[in-house]
Amino acid sequence: MLSKRIIPCLDVRDGKTTKGIKFKENVDIGDPVEMARFYYEEGADEIVFYDITASSERRNIMIDVVRRVAEEIFIPFSVGGGIRTIEDMRAVLLAGAEKVSVNTAAVNAPEIISEGAGAFGSQCIVLGMDVKKVEPSEKTPSGYEIVIHGGRTYTGIDALAWAKKAESSGAGEICLNSIDADGTQQGYEIGLTSLISNNVNIPVIASGGAGNINHMYDVLKYAKADAALIASIVHYGTYTIKQIKDELHSCGIKVRNTW
Amino acid sequence: MIAIIDYKAGNLKSVECALKKLGFPCCITHNSEKILGSEKIIFPGVGAAGRAIASLRHLGLDEVLKQAFETGKPILGICLGAQIILDKSEENSAQCLGLINGDVKLFLSPLFSEENERLKIPHMGWNSVHLIKRHPVVEGIDPADEFYFVHSYYPMPASDKYIIGTTGYGVEFPSIIGYKNLIATQFHPEKSGTPGLKILKNFCTWNGHYAE
Repeated sequence: MLSKRIIPCLDVRDGKTTKGIKFKENVDIGDPVEMARFYYEEGADEIVFYDITASSERRNIMIDVVRRVAEEIFIPFSVGGGIRTIEDMRAVLLAGAEKVSVNTAAVNAPEIISEGAGAFGSQCIVLGMDVKKVEPSEKTPSGYEIVIHGGRTYTGIDALAWAKKAESSGAGEICLNSIDADGTQQGYEIGLTSLISNNVNIPVIASGGAGNINHMYDVLKYAKADAALIASIVHYGTYTIKQIKDELHSCGIKVRNTW
Repeated sequence: MIAIIDYKAGNLKSVECALKKLGFPCCITHNSEKILGSEKIIFPGVGAAGRAIASLRHLGLDEVLKQAFETGKPILGICLGAQIILDKSEENSAQCLGLINGDVKLFLSPLFSEENERLKIPHMGWNSVHLIKRHPVVEGIDPADEFYFVHSYYPMPASDKYIIGTTGYGVEFPSIIGYKNLIATQFHPEKSGTPGLKILKNFCTWNGHYAE
């Protein structure tokens, strides 16, 4: 039986992990390769790197991070942020990542999904979706709208329709981030996750809002997420991945517990 | 030297990194002489069967692999490399290498678990392997160990004698198959943490003998 995946997310800027700058005293800020190795040894099932490097000239630093991670970490990892072209995808995959995630670029030019899947296989194309709750309307009947630019720009695209379109274009997985829940540590957006996960046939990673293990239980059990993305709760040391897994396991969630 | 076959089907870097970590010299190559001159062959792959087999044929590597198999060189197939060693695939109706008799099947859709939950396709993530036979390459693997899978098709050899391990995902499918000096895993050992590295290490020290 397939295990539910627990996936720490590392934000990387100019080669450094940045999450938690405000909480400097609690967090290992620094080398993303070291942090990734730490989570790998702790039992993470996969790692997501989100490259928030502002300028494209510095992109090579991220490629170097990917290369170093691939040398040390023997679980899958994906890279998102700033992937705009097939060539961007190729560079990241050749450096050793399993998957690439596209978000804004796919909204601007959806064909990057089918072209990426054609060139590298669906299994490595992840659609990143940033979503906000809105009043249901003709354009957004699901009541959830795709936003870009870190949640500042509404696109008028319905989240459910977009997820289905990405699936039929060849996306192999969806990383579903609720902007409303993100950073609140008040729990995942259960309604949204459930809506998307029940209506596509590709795996869905729930993202945004994890503050405790009950939140993870709810999103994996009731919202049918295939994986849960976590950041703050492990970066700030609230829990270890081992604790999370032990507790989920004792509540009857199938997780990988030897490694 | 272990040859990692490059037929433009991705995921080679990860295999190379894992072997380097384990301390086994390897090279990524599509050069026939290098492949035939190597001690062992790893045959990885992701993507679609039709394109992969076309690419293999284009590079002349289908014949090289058959030849290497016949001379008794240890060969490890990974993921797509565990599929296109069979006779044919439902994916793109591709005619494959035929080193092991059997077909490659698509997971039926909709697929349901024993608890009647709908299962997603691809089968993506960590799952266990039930070993039904002993084999030097899976020596030391614990029943609780899990491995990383990502696939929509699975190998179905014509005879149970080729099946070394199985995995449950709606159906119980063969996830490790082997015949003579050829062994293949549907999962990615290079991405399966410590148990995966153990399988790679076992392969790298295997002499290719397997008493069925």
